[in-house]
Parts: sequence; C-alpha cells; structure tokens
Amino acid sequence: MKHTISVIVEDKPGALTRITTMFARRGFNIDSLAVGPTERPGVSCITLRVDCSDHSLEQIEKQIHKLVNVLRVTELVPDDSVERELLLVKVAATAERRAELIAMAESLHARVLDLGPDAVLLELVGLPSEADAFHELCKPYGIQDLIRTGRIGMSRPSAKRNSQKRVAAVN
Amino acid sequence: MKLRGADAVLRSLEAEGVEVMFGIPGGAIMPTYDAMARGTSIRHVLARHEQGAGHMAQGYARASGQVGVAIATSGPGATNLVTPIADAWMDSTPLVCITGQVRSSLIGTDAFQECDITGITMPVVKHSWLVLDPKDIPHAIKEAFHIARTGRCGPVLVDIPRDVQEAEFSYKPVEKLDLPGWRPPTKVHPLQIRQAGEVIAKAEQPVLYVGGGTLNADACPELLGLAETGRLPVVTTLMGKGAFPESHELHFGWPGMHGTKWANIAMNTCDVLVAVGARFDDRVTGKLSAFAPGATVVHLDIDAAEISKLRGADVPVVGPLKKALHELTREVEKHREGGVPAPEAWLAKIEENREAFPLRYSSKKSDLLKPQWVLEQFQELVAGDDVIVTTGVGQHQMWAMQYISTERPRNFITSGGLGTMGYGIPAAVGAKAARPEATVVCIDGDGCFQMTSQELVTAVLDDLPIVVLLLNNGYLGMVTQWQDMFFDGRRSHVHLTQAVPDYAKLAEAYGAVGLTVNEQEELRPALREALACGRPAVIDVRCDPAEHCYPMIPAGAAAIDMLEFTETEVQSG
Repeated sequence: MKHTISVIVEDKPGALTRITTMFARRGFNIDSLAVGPTERPGVSCITLRVDCSDHSLEQIEKQIHKLVNVLRVTELVPDDSVERELLLVKVAATAERRAELIAMAESLHARVLDLGPDAVLLELVGLPSEADAFHELCKPYGIQDLIRTGRIGMSRPSAKRNSQKRVAAVN
Repeated sequence: MKLRGADAVLRSLEAEGVEVMFGIPGGAIMPTYDAMARGTSIRHVLARHEQGAGHMAQGYARASGQVGVAIATSGPGATNLVTPIADAWMDSTPLVCITGQVRSSLIGTDAFQECDITGITMPVVKHSWLVLDPKDIPHAIKEAFHIARTGRCGPVLVDIPRDVQEAEFSYKPVEKLDLPGWRPPTKVHPLQIRQAGEVIAKAEQPVLYVGGGTLNADACPELLGLAETGRLPVVTTLMGKGAFPESHELHFGWPGMHGTKWANIAMNTCDVLVAVGARFDDRVTGKLSAFAPGATVVHLDIDAAEISKLRGADVPVVGPLKKALHELTREVEKHREGGVPAPEAWLAKIEENREAFPLRYSSKKSDLLKPQWVLEQFQELVAGDDVIVTTGVGQHQMWAMQYISTERPRNFITSGGLGTMGYGIPAAVGAKAARPEATVVCIDGDGCFQMTSQELVTAVLDDLPIVVLLLNNGYLGMVTQWQDMFFDGRRSHVHLTQAVPDYAKLAEAYGAVGLTVNEQEELRPALREALACGRPAVIDVRCDPAEHCYPMIPAGAAAIDMLEFTETEVQSG
C-alpha cells in the first residue's frame, strides 16, 4: 500500500542522504521525494511517497525518527491531509491540433507556459491523480518531455489532531 | 583563549573525561598528533593497524562502560576503521572515531589519501560530522560523545580536515548541547509497566531473554532484582553474557544456534517471553516463524525501532532499562505479595531439561586435546577471579560461551552481530587498558589470531599484559564444520595448518611469551605461567582438528530442532 510520509529535518549537510541511505540499507523503496524549505529558517520538509506494508511503514517511521537531524515524522493520512504535485510537460502540437490541445489543458486547469512552432509547454498543479490523468490525456499528442515534482502534502487544520498517524512509542 | 583546531580536539576529549585513546598517526591527522606531543592528559595507545585501534576502543568501551575513542588519518586510515565502526553499530558499542581529512580546499578533488569517510560509514553510524570550521570542533565532539552513549549506544564519526585542525580560533568550552532532533526516551510509560508486570507475574512459564542492551544500560542489578523477586528464569544471549551471574540458580544458559538445548527448549515452550535489551537476532531465533510459537512477548528496549521489528511485541516497554526493570520489579513484587505464585514447577522443568541435555563432547580416549576440555581446565583455574574474556568469532567463540562461566558484567567481550574475526586480541588490549587490575584473556582461534595478531606488539610495548589462549585446530573451524555438515564434507580452502606459523615463536618475535601445548599435562603449567608472568603471552594449544561445536540449530531450522552431539557421529577429516 502507498503511504505519504512528511519528515521535518534540520537543514544540515547530509540530512537528506542519511534518510535515503536508511531506505537503501533496509531495503525500502521510495516512489517519489520532494524537499523544500518550511516557515522556519534552517528547517526543511521532506515528503516521501513509499509503497510498503503497514509493518514496514512503522519500521520506516521509527528508523527515520532515530536520525539525529530529524525533528518530526508524520504519515499524511489521505482524508486528513491535502497533497499536491506540479507537472511540466512539453507536448507536440502541430498548428491543426494546437487549439484542441490547449482547450483540453485549460479544461483541466493546466496553464500554457510557452508556445513553440511545433510544441506547447504546459503546467499543471493538482492532486497527484489529476496529474496522472493529465499525463494520460497528453500522450496521444506526443509527449516530448515530462517532469513531475513528486508530491508534497500538509495535514488539514480541520482534521482532528490525534487522527494524525504518529508512531506510538516514539514521538 | 586562542587555540588551534587540533588543540581544541584534545581539550574537547579531555573535557569529556577521556583517559585513553587508540590510534595511528598519518598525514591528515598530524596536527592533532602534534598537539598530543605538546601535551595532553590522555594516554594514547599506538596500535599497529587502524582496525586494531578501533577494536581496542571497543574493548575499552565494553570493559569500562565508557565511550571508546579511536583516532586515524584520512583515506586508508579511515577505511581501516570501517570494520570496527560496523561492528560497534551491530553490537551497540559506544565509540567515537576521529579521522583526519584532506585540506578542505582539496575535498572532492581525489587528493592523496582522500576518501569520503562520512559517506562510506553513513549506514553504520548513529551520526557523523565533517567539521569545516574550527569553531565547530568543540560542539561536534561534545555532540559525538552525547549521541554515542545516550539512547541505544553506538558509533559516531568526526572527520576533520587538516587545515581545520591547523586553524586558530578563540576556543570556548561548550556548555550546552543543541540537538533538537535527538531525544532518546528517558522515561518509561507507567501503563506499559503495569501491563508488563501483570503479564510477567501471572505467567506460568516465563523466560527472561536478556541481551547486550542490559549491559549497556548498566541495568544488571535491576535485572537480578526482577529475576529474584519474580523467581523468573534467565537466559542470556552471547551479547548479554555476564549481565546475570551464570552460577546463579535462575540462570539457564544461552539461547540460539550454539546455545544450550535446555535454554532453547525453555524459550520455545514458554508462555511469556520477556526480551530485555535483546533484538530477536536470527542466530537466536532460528526460523523466526517457528520461534517461541505460543509466547506472549513483552519487549523492553531503549530503541523503539526494535519493538516489533522481527517479532511482534504484545506488550512493548520503551525506555531506559534501568528504570524499566526497577519499576517492573515493584509491579511483579506487588503481584507476588498479592498471592500470584512464582513459576516453581516451570523452573523445576527447565532444571530437569538442564540435566537431561547437558553440554557434551567426546569422552573417548584420544591423544588429541579437546577444545572444550581446555576451556574447562581454564575455567577451573580462574574461577572466582576477575577475568575478562574476549574472543574472536567461530567455534572457539561458541565454546567460550558454553564453557566459561561469566559472573560479572562486562567480563565477556565478543563480536556478536557483525561476527568480526580478529576482534579478540585488540579487544583484549583495549579491555586491559580500561581495567588493568583485571586478568584479560583472549580465547582465540587460529584463523582469528592471524587477522589481528600484530596488536600483540601494542600489548608488549604499551605494557598491557594480556593472555591469548589459542585453540589451534589448524582450520577455519566453523566453516569446516559447515562444509562437513552441509556441503557433503567437501573441504574447500579451510586448512590453515597447525604448525605454520609457529605461534609460540611468533609471540616471542613480538616480544611476548610464547608457549605450546600438545599434551594434557602441559596445559595447566602453561596457563599458570602465562597468567603469572606479567607479560603478554600466547598459549598455542594444539587441539583436535575434527571437533565440531554442539549443540547446533542448523541455519534456517526451528530452534527447537537442535542437533546434539552423539558419540557415534562420523566426523570426517
């Protein structure tokens, strides 16, 4: 089963490497990974998407939590959090099909970032599932280049605090 | 106060109370060695190989309970420390390694003796620092000691470029730590203790399964208190050996692959298994799915990640073992006083099994010395003394576990998790440096001996008189045993020979006392001489090369299906 884990870390050299090394060493796989600053200077957030059993997830959370630079580990439970992903795609677009492509993109709230003589650069920000759908819809036109950031997420303020799944004995 | 980085390294180590460190100088660490020459209160023991220095620091740590310190240069000096670091990681030994690094301007250029040691060691350290500003040295070292010895103990590494050691800065001792992400548990949850206390007190067939965490936590008196209060049988793992006095009526041997049959039967038929600072290692459990099938598991550990890692815990107790065991004892006491009976019938049954399945080896008349007999003789001779035994890894290590009775904590020092051959001699040197008043004996095999024997020089020149009791069977014995048992007796590259090298002569060449024992009657005089001579000594005991170590759980088999020694066993070779 897929899980999203949010890891708050001190922004110290090697902090990310220590986490990815732990994954590699213990045989866990990372589906996607996004890193960026937070509201606190010197503190970063790493959002990891992993495909693993509940037992492995508990191990992953505990092992990450032991790392010295890690301040907090939480699982982002789907109903109690929002997740977003940014997708950039360069799609082949001949003059005849360009209007149709742009209309499709706009109907999915994607934006046109650049137009070339035979391609269009589009951006979509949305749920990972929306990015998946948009990706599929672009395929028939001919994708020249595609990149996704990997998801980032945040718990909902409306969600009950204790519904946040935290590692029992650790945090 | 203006100081160079190198001086700050030493002042910081002194501030941590370090008395002994083990190392070898080289290019990138020279400024720090120069600072030593200018003065420090710390004794430096010059090893002959960095791996030796690392294992010495481990032996020191395990014998004393203090953090061990190893120091080496960049590149090959640092990579030679990788094995001790990995060993300390597996066995949770508090170890601070300080390595020189090439000048910071050269990092990343493949400079002479450059290597990314923080990168190489990342999977096997609790944390590491590459210090790029001399001002950070006191912080890094203070943090390093704190992290190495708090929570679950383990190794850390501080890598310091040469120019950072040379640079002057205004030094201030560090008062406060700033480690917001490092919060090992300091308390135990009262609810967990209450639950655990009830489960344990009411168990009809309980077993305390005690690991090395108990020694690291200095929780042996509390363990004794719990066992005696509850009348609970204790088995100690290889790493936990010594955490509970082995002559005590409640001690029932050691679990696992070469543990005793009665201990394995007890663990696998118990109704409540209480893991105390133990981690369900595969060498203990055998086939995990068949391990202790009916048991309710109570798991006490400082490391939450060990809870339910391999075997699900029904009652987890996370926290410092000293506190946990103390509070648990009070809970169990309440139940006993309230009329919950002690498991006397169960204790009698384990005792019965102890008598039914004793440790056995061939009693047939033979000219060849049996290693088990050699250890029995040694045990008889030193019984009651404060003797620290270290070992290498293999058959001799398992026989040492079985035949040496360890009565006090920190008196049995071995490489458990990583299984590092060659651990014994340098660990003994380190242990002797920690506790000079104790007798330190390395029970070694000939394979292990040849991996780190150069550290005998260190023992001689640094006046650290250790005794090496070499069970020389001329083979890589454990590999040979497996080839005999599981590879149809095809011996492949395991024959070392008993006579080459001549270990007694080699010992003498190193400046130690060398003795050779071929006959039974030669053993006791040799042991007495080695123990009394006040110098490092090697006793080369030529043992039966065909001896196998029993009992044994074959790899992958259930622990309950132990193979026992039988007199009719055909031993090839």
